[in-house]
Amino acid sequence: MRSQPKGLTFMTILSGLLFLGALWMVFVYAPLEAVMNYVQKIFYFHIANAWVGMLGFMAAAVAGIVYLVKKDMKWDIVELAAVEISLVFFSITIASGSIWAKPSWGTWWTWDARLTTAAILEMIYLAYLLLRQGIEDPEQRARFGAVYTLIGSLSVPITFFSIRIWQTIHPAVIGAGSSSAVGSFGMTPKMLATMFYCLGTFSVIFVTLLWYRIRLGVLAERVEQIKLQVME
Amino acid sequence: MLPYAVSIKYMIGGYIVIFAILFGYLISLFVRWRKLRQDLRTLEEMQKRQ
Repeated sequence: MRSQPKGLTFMTILSGLLFLGALWMVFVYAPLEAVMNYVQKIFYFHIANAWVGMLGFMAAAVAGIVYLVKKDMKWDIVELAAVEISLVFFSITIASGSIWAKPSWGTWWTWDARLTTAAILEMIYLAYLLLRQGIEDPEQRARFGAVYTLIGSLSVPITFFSIRIWQTIHPAVIGAGSSSAVGSFGMTPKMLATMFYCLGTFSVIFVTLLWYRIRLGVLAERVEQIKLQVME
Repeated sequence: MLPYAVSIKYMIGGYIVIFAILFGYLISLFVRWRKLRQDLRTLEEMQKRQ
């Protein structure tokens, strides 16, 4: 495999710098929230991770559609990469949300509509990784993955809109949420700027990680092909 | 209002978890890449010998 492309090196440096900038924005630039004070600072990374997590699951569905149309295995690699990275980001979302919930709601977890749909979303994609491993034929595995991510992606809008569809204690960041929401707060312009900066930063980090993961997938496929040639 | 001592404890805990998952994944990517590169070198040598 060729040495690291210049574009990827650039994206890596950019991601690192943006990440440092995000830490400065969260811990220095953004003011303390009046009621929850320090723990509210989890919110910026929580929402940014949720954003890229959901974006990645949708990207995986798009890659799945392209695979079904073109039957090109490289789209299966893209799909798997997107799911894996999104799972990491979505795990961060659930874990950080749970830590924020303890002082805000008095519990680590509750089977609220938003939390339940988020947990189901995470399980759907965890199952995707496990089920893929059970299929040996690469083309059958890719076909299964494409259809699975396409159907699985339906849970993304359900999770996203759950706070507007059902009564929930999870606060809405944009627009009016449920009347039973606990822990809502008004955002100052500096808080909003920090939130959007973090959304942008994690989007760039997502693209960079996706690139790395795709390269890993391509390398794994090459190793697999040579292994088959050697065994023949 | 949440007491500062309680609030800061959860904030630190939250960021430790965020960093642990994120950097854990980065390490896993790096380890898998190195292992595959090693496998590739071994297989290419075997191919040459054949």
